[in-house]
Amino acid sequence: MAGETLPEPAAPINADPAPSSPTGRGRSFSLLQVVLRQRELTVVVVTVLVVLIFGIDNSQFLTTANIATICQYIASFAVIGFGEVLILVLGEIDLSAGAVYLTSPWLVYLFWKDGIPIGVAIALALVCCVGVGLVNGLVTVWLNVPSLIVTLAVNYILFGFVLVYSADEQVDMPGQGGTFGKIFGIGEWSTILWAAGIMVLIWALLKRTRFGVHVIATGGNLLGAAESGIPVRRVKVWCFIIIAATSGLIGIMDGIRIGSVNPGEDGLQFILLGLVAAVVGGTALTGGRGTVLGTAVGAIFLGALEDGFNLVGVNANVFYVVEGFLILVAMILNIQLGSLSKRLRR
Amino acid sequence: MTVPGNVGPGDGVQPPMPASPTGPGAVAPPVPDDQRDVVLRTQGITKRFGPVVALRGVDMELHRGEVLGIVGDNGAGKSTFIKILTGFYPPDGGQMFIEGQPVSLRSVTDARRHGIETVYQDLALVPQLSVYQNLFLNSELTTFGRLGWLSKGKMRQLAKQYLEDIKVNIPDIDAEAETLSGGQRQAIAVARATRQSAKIILLDEPLAAMGARESALIIDLIHSLSRERGISIIVIDHNYTHLFEICDRLNVIRQGRVAIDVRVQDTSLDQLTELMVSDFRSQLAAGQAQLNR
Repeated sequence: MAGETLPEPAAPINADPAPSSPTGRGRSFSLLQVVLRQRELTVVVVTVLVVLIFGIDNSQFLTTANIATICQYIASFAVIGFGEVLILVLGEIDLSAGAVYLTSPWLVYLFWKDGIPIGVAIALALVCCVGVGLVNGLVTVWLNVPSLIVTLAVNYILFGFVLVYSADEQVDMPGQGGTFGKIFGIGEWSTILWAAGIMVLIWALLKRTRFGVHVIATGGNLLGAAESGIPVRRVKVWCFIIIAATSGLIGIMDGIRIGSVNPGEDGLQFILLGLVAAVVGGTALTGGRGTVLGTAVGAIFLGALEDGFNLVGVNANVFYVVEGFLILVAMILNIQLGSLSKRLRR
Repeated sequence: MTVPGNVGPGDGVQPPMPASPTGPGAVAPPVPDDQRDVVLRTQGITKRFGPVVALRGVDMELHRGEVLGIVGDNGAGKSTFIKILTGFYPPDGGQMFIEGQPVSLRSVTDARRHGIETVYQDLALVPQLSVYQNLFLNSELTTFGRLGWLSKGKMRQLAKQYLEDIKVNIPDIDAEAETLSGGQRQAIAVARATRQSAKIILLDEPLAAMGARESALIIDLIHSLSRERGISIIVIDHNYTHLFEICDRLNVIRQGRVAIDVRVQDTSLDQLTELMVSDFRSQLAAGQAQLNR
């Protein structure tokens, strides 16, 4: 788009037919093609439908209080999902982000208990998260262990670490007071705003920066990217660092919001939800393709679904069955529509 | 980078050449006119892998703006030689000169720094990136320095301009590479290499699995780059018909040497075939004789 607004540097020689502006087949698209081109669109439509159905069916659903509840719920796994987009675009996967989410508030608590001021404790905890990302990345790229296994192992290490240090007991989270607490999780909309901020950052990183192009190139054609001189290993390590840092950050804020940290299995749930949000939103598991905005919609879809079923009074166990089927259907649609769109474009 | 004699000169293959006293930058008058336009020259390149001798002293010259075809059967040493030219393997002996300067290439990146680039049809592009993003891969234009914010408009503009300049017609530069035909992808890959300052391009079977229209696109591009921009191109293929269409000169590699060096205009497909077959027959006879003894 921006390219067309630039003045053409007067090239009088070229009075040829099509001045090669994107007038080709790019412009002659049908509505169907528009729909197929935006991978996010299918999930947007489905999500809007879900929201409408629950909104009409239950007067509680679209109240401010309930929307805030949904937002607080989805903020955490949405952030994990955004980071996961980078990793999936690389053609890798990170299963440890949920455990990082679980571990980071514990680290804050442990540092704080040792007399370190809360701000510094948070900073230190985030440095530890960066360290986890660094380990994930380095073991994956330098020791050639598949990231699936590396991050699964790290996931268990962190989970066990929390169980050991907590002695399986819940503790009160520091940092509740005043404006600080409000910004870092206590405020009703605090975590979702942070999530939105992280979304914009990761979106810009992927779509608007040189680094993002290199991430796509690394995931889309590893050999070709390396051949053209892109430091593919460094790119991968950075992505593992980014997902660990953002997951850790949202974990800390959730800890402050809830007021206590328990060594439960929330983190392990959230990594799966984050992955599902990314994949349902239109991010390919095969690398090279990912959408941060789609992931956001995917997260809203999952959040609205769970909350709606709760309000309607569907048994939580039944919900899992329904959720499973919906994920399957969404994925089948994504893949089939994707290949249809590819055929149309040729 | 121009360390003479670091590649073990004691190979016994040094003496024969006109022996230009190659001091750096010494464009001395004794260099004949014909030689001045030599962009790439190899002299007695040898390479062995354990007991197997792959190259026994390859002498080759590539002129500015020339399209040189390199032919050879499997195992003739063709691909080893190409890999040496692109910095993938170091040679065991012999010397390489780029524009008269002796060089030893330590890596593919090193070769690229010297302006030599190989283009592979399927390896080069990122399917999920657009045409212009592929053209600028790893040389993206950015604003805000280290932040690396992409100047998309500028890249689009320049990409469009450049493709027009080299007469590659791609209808939509925002199209993902995945949606392009094989010929278009090849063209984009070549365009990227030349845009990023490659002076010598190596094409590995550029017309493999291509229809007539696609081939025409690539042949036109090769000719436009070589004739109008002075880019030197080496085409590797074992299909002689292709090479006759594209090249100015052919080098046939046989048993680790350049066995035949001929200008396309001085020969015909039949003649070359005859030459090769007779050569082959004599070798066969020699082999037979040896066996009989």
